[in-house]
Amino acid sequence: MLDYVWLVPIFPVIGVLINGLLGHKLSKRLVGFVACSVIFFSFALSVLLFLSLLKLPPEARSFEKIVYTWIATGDFKTNIGFLVDPLSIVMMLVVSGVSFLIHVYSVGYMHDDEGFRRYFTYLNLFVFSMLVLVCSNNFLLMFVGWEGVGLCSYLLIGFWYQRKEPADAGKKAFVVNRIGDYGFLLGMMLIFVTFGTLNFYDVFQSAHHNFHVGNLTITAITLLLFVGATGKSAQIPLYTWLPDAMEGPTPVSALIHAATMVTAGVYMVVRCNVLFTLAPISLTVVAIVGVVTAVFTASIALTANDIKRVLAYSTISQLGYMFLACGVGAYAAGIFHLMTHAFFKALLFLGAGSVMHAMSGELDMRKMGALKSHMPRTYWTFLIATLAIAGIFPFAGFFSKDEILWNAFQQNTILWALGAGAALMTAFYMFRVVFMTFHGESRVDEEVKEHLHESPPVMTNPLIILAILSAVGGFVGIPIIKGANFFHDFLAPVTGGHAVESAKITLTNLAYASGGHASAAEAGHHSIGLEVLMMIVSLAIAGIGIGLAYYMYIKNPSAPKKLAQRFTLLYQLIFNRYFVDEIYDFLFVNPIKRGSTLLWQIFDAKFIDGMINGAGQIVKWSSVGLKRVQTGYVQNYALSILIGVGAIIVYFLYM
Amino acid sequence: MDLAIPSIDIASLGPELILSIAAILVLMVSVFLPKERKDPACYLSLLGILFALASSVTLWGKPKYAFNNMIYVDNFGLFFNMVVLITAGIAILMSINYLKEEGMSHGEFFALILFATVGMMFMAIGSNLITIFLGLETMSISIYVLAGFLRERDRSNESALKYLLLGAFSSAFLLYGIAFIYGATGTTDLKGISVFLSEATYLNDPMLLAGTGLLLVGFGFKIAAVPFHMWTPDVYEGAPTSVTAFMSVGVKAAAFAAFVRVFSYSLWNLQPDWVLLMWILAVLTMTLGNIAAIAQTNIKRMLAYSSIAHAGYIMVGMVASSELGISSILFYMLAYAFMNLGAFGVIIVFERKGEKNLDIEDYSGMGFKYPALALLMSIFLFSLAGIPPTAGFVGKFYIFGAAVKEGYIWLAIIGVMNSLVSVYYYLRVTVVMYMNEPVKEFTGITWSPSMVIALIIAVIGTLLIGILPSPYLDLAKQSILLMM
Repeated sequence: MLDYVWLVPIFPVIGVLINGLLGHKLSKRLVGFVACSVIFFSFALSVLLFLSLLKLPPEARSFEKIVYTWIATGDFKTNIGFLVDPLSIVMMLVVSGVSFLIHVYSVGYMHDDEGFRRYFTYLNLFVFSMLVLVCSNNFLLMFVGWEGVGLCSYLLIGFWYQRKEPADAGKKAFVVNRIGDYGFLLGMMLIFVTFGTLNFYDVFQSAHHNFHVGNLTITAITLLLFVGATGKSAQIPLYTWLPDAMEGPTPVSALIHAATMVTAGVYMVVRCNVLFTLAPISLTVVAIVGVVTAVFTASIALTANDIKRVLAYSTISQLGYMFLACGVGAYAAGIFHLMTHAFFKALLFLGAGSVMHAMSGELDMRKMGALKSHMPRTYWTFLIATLAIAGIFPFAGFFSKDEILWNAFQQNTILWALGAGAALMTAFYMFRVVFMTFHGESRVDEEVKEHLHESPPVMTNPLIILAILSAVGGFVGIPIIKGANFFHDFLAPVTGGHAVESAKITLTNLAYASGGHASAAEAGHHSIGLEVLMMIVSLAIAGIGIGLAYYMYIKNPSAPKKLAQRFTLLYQLIFNRYFVDEIYDFLFVNPIKRGSTLLWQIFDAKFIDGMINGAGQIVKWSSVGLKRVQTGYVQNYALSILIGVGAIIVYFLYM
Repeated sequence: MDLAIPSIDIASLGPELILSIAAILVLMVSVFLPKERKDPACYLSLLGILFALASSVTLWGKPKYAFNNMIYVDNFGLFFNMVVLITAGIAILMSINYLKEEGMSHGEFFALILFATVGMMFMAIGSNLITIFLGLETMSISIYVLAGFLRERDRSNESALKYLLLGAFSSAFLLYGIAFIYGATGTTDLKGISVFLSEATYLNDPMLLAGTGLLLVGFGFKIAAVPFHMWTPDVYEGAPTSVTAFMSVGVKAAAFAAFVRVFSYSLWNLQPDWVLLMWILAVLTMTLGNIAAIAQTNIKRMLAYSSIAHAGYIMVGMVASSELGISSILFYMLAYAFMNLGAFGVIIVFERKGEKNLDIEDYSGMGFKYPALALLMSIFLFSLAGIPPTAGFVGKFYIFGAAVKEGYIWLAIIGVMNSLVSVYYYLRVTVVMYMNEPVKEFTGITWSPSMVIALIIAVIGTLLIGILPSPYLDLAKQSILLMM
């Protein structure tokens, strides 16, 4: 069964080929059907792979499938090869499962769009790239997927390229991501120079055996890889592209910019946990960047009025949590949150899309309100997702977020305090969204009001499924009770967490052995009483956030304005997103633009172009000259041969 | 001197014999076929090619000398046998409809293709300069006739005559070279020459060196290396297009097979003497071919110069002549066969009776009128230009990689710069197809089933080798084991 892993990414390719090449001849129904069914096949196959992986004993749950040798030249050899292990199978399930739901939703959402076929071609291409990214067994193929998702993200953000904003946003995402990709690329090159291979297993095994904790090369590698992660996963300082990416169609935001692609950085860090564990400095950097991003962007979400922007900043903030988890060595917790976040954040975006659908594309929450009665399904599913993200028991987010905070607490109280602060803000801004959109007085424009309607079942059914997942998804990782944290135990072969002694080191149980850092944090001196107390604290924090939101937006709607007036400076600072975009423009973008203009006008236009055109001219002239030599007379041709013979004889006899 | 009767080992000559018999049968059968109903003749020749291919496969991996060391059936020779057989097969598929349209559907055409192929195969397996020469002449004489096959057309006649005159001229040099080598070493046996050279203490014998130089001229003419290339554009342009396709790949492959066997093995001890010359010729051939191609307006002429440039790239592999260098030559030859035949196939589909639709300008707007044809053309041209994920890219990658590995870094740089230049004229066709308005009415194209099969084989080959190169590289590597 595991041999068929390569089919998982192949199915979406079939969709791309059918819709991309023949799409213009197919009906919209068929295009949608093809696109959804190929993703469903990928998902079904992932489930089968998962089941057959479960049948194996935990330490044997790692399977490499080499499809063929891709590049072999000199010392450099890379395979097209796939890896099935607990980590990659979780990612495959999440990616293909959530993708399938969002594909179905898109059939309804994009129904009237002219670019329907183009949309599904890109979307399938994205799923292909993402699956390659998570299934690959080596860094280079992973990078192929990494670049592929970046390309699809660019194409889909700028999907409505006729308008200026989406086109600009696409460009911004692409350029910012390139900075990160450059880091990834350098990290990868350094890995090759250091280890002589790019295969995950070989690299990790060699790192485990030959390098000590704190090795500088490993630190450099991990920092460079993390630069890549900050680009793709929108962390400080490279997060600015994600809010702008909301210009794309909403299902795209849900799939690419919330549930899957942006988590690639987290996946990569967890995949390389053997390396990161060897580099405490890098881990500290990851934790700090993660927690600072979580707090910083949560605060921006407090004042945003555009529903999708709130969700975008919330995504960045939640990704910060995942990096915090990685930074404190709780890799499994990071992936756990990645999974639950995929459920509830996809649901939030799709819910927002459903609202937009009803509101004729309106995004400003100040023009919403009291939508609850108009669209009950959207409301209830949205509420469940909000409870999940706020971390209310027993919804999914509670379990994963609490695990991260508990691990952070054991490492460092400051990290915990910042994380808890972000949690407070999360609960507040998410309920602010709920209250402003679905409750209170209706501020909807009159003409829009007439069209208010619940979305069709093709859109609400995925919402309901995601809502179920957001509600109960957390129970795969129950804390405290020994043996009930299935998720954690399942991932343990990759992420460590148990001290298992094994004579034979494989990729799977390599992590067992190297998980010293992680196990100290996770399995460490457990105090159940303390852990329960911390849970209650988390719940209380969430409750305070919800209460505040209720007070300010339902009870006393004039409060926000007063507060804003009272702290004008702070409010303006946050409302303008700390002017980060402006600062970047001032510090980097504009100087580079000016410098580029200068280079373009003087160096490029005069010097380079002159050289290029000159070279072209010379080639052209010589070409015409050669044409003239070609007289068509056989005697001239024979003469040319004779001259050649003469020259060769002279060469041989006198050289 | 006693004359021993050579042992006769028919099995070793299986492919060649099958093909010769097929050719004779084609000639006999076509006498009884009514005019313009010569299809059975082509099927017969295709069948012969298939059997010859199968027979080559059975000989694979069992290198052995036969006929008193006149031939050496090793994987290297068989690899080239397969390349020329595939080439002949595709060329025949492409000819069927073409000849009908030109009103020249005669059984002799197919028999000549088969005879030429037999000659090529003898060049590939010949282990004696005499065998190689015989193969070369068998091939050349058939090709002279094929080039002039459209005998009512002036250009076709011109093409045949020019090729015949210059071909005879260059064959003389080759023969002269063989004579000199025999004079210097006392043998025409390739292994014997190699043994003689490895034992000789004095390698600066003028007769030996002059002989080497003249052999270089002879082979250089067949592969169209500068400065022996002048015939190429005229002959390629005038010959029937399917013949051009056949000779641009088949003749080149066979000539390179012999060229490599003689220079990289038999004359290996003289390598310090000839390598610099080869370096210069490779650079000249690449550069001149590419530069001259830019100014061409006729697509067949353009591809003629392009084929000169590709000979230059392959010579880069000969300069390197390492294991990797030789295997990359084999790999490149296979890739080149598919992409070049494919490009000519598209030309044939688009061409109209009386040399119409052969200017690059005629391709304007083809991308909208005939999207499938334009897509195929783009794939083949991209591959010729060496753009991934096509066979051409991987081929160039291995050839230049081999050169770098052997320390010929400048040669590789010049090669890559040449590829850059070539992108200009290959892409120009694509630009014309997709971005220009049609300059005149399209007259319609005919998709014959045989042509469709040929193009599908070519495009699958081009893409498959580009995407999954390693099995073919392994095949090429296996082919050069146990040479000599």
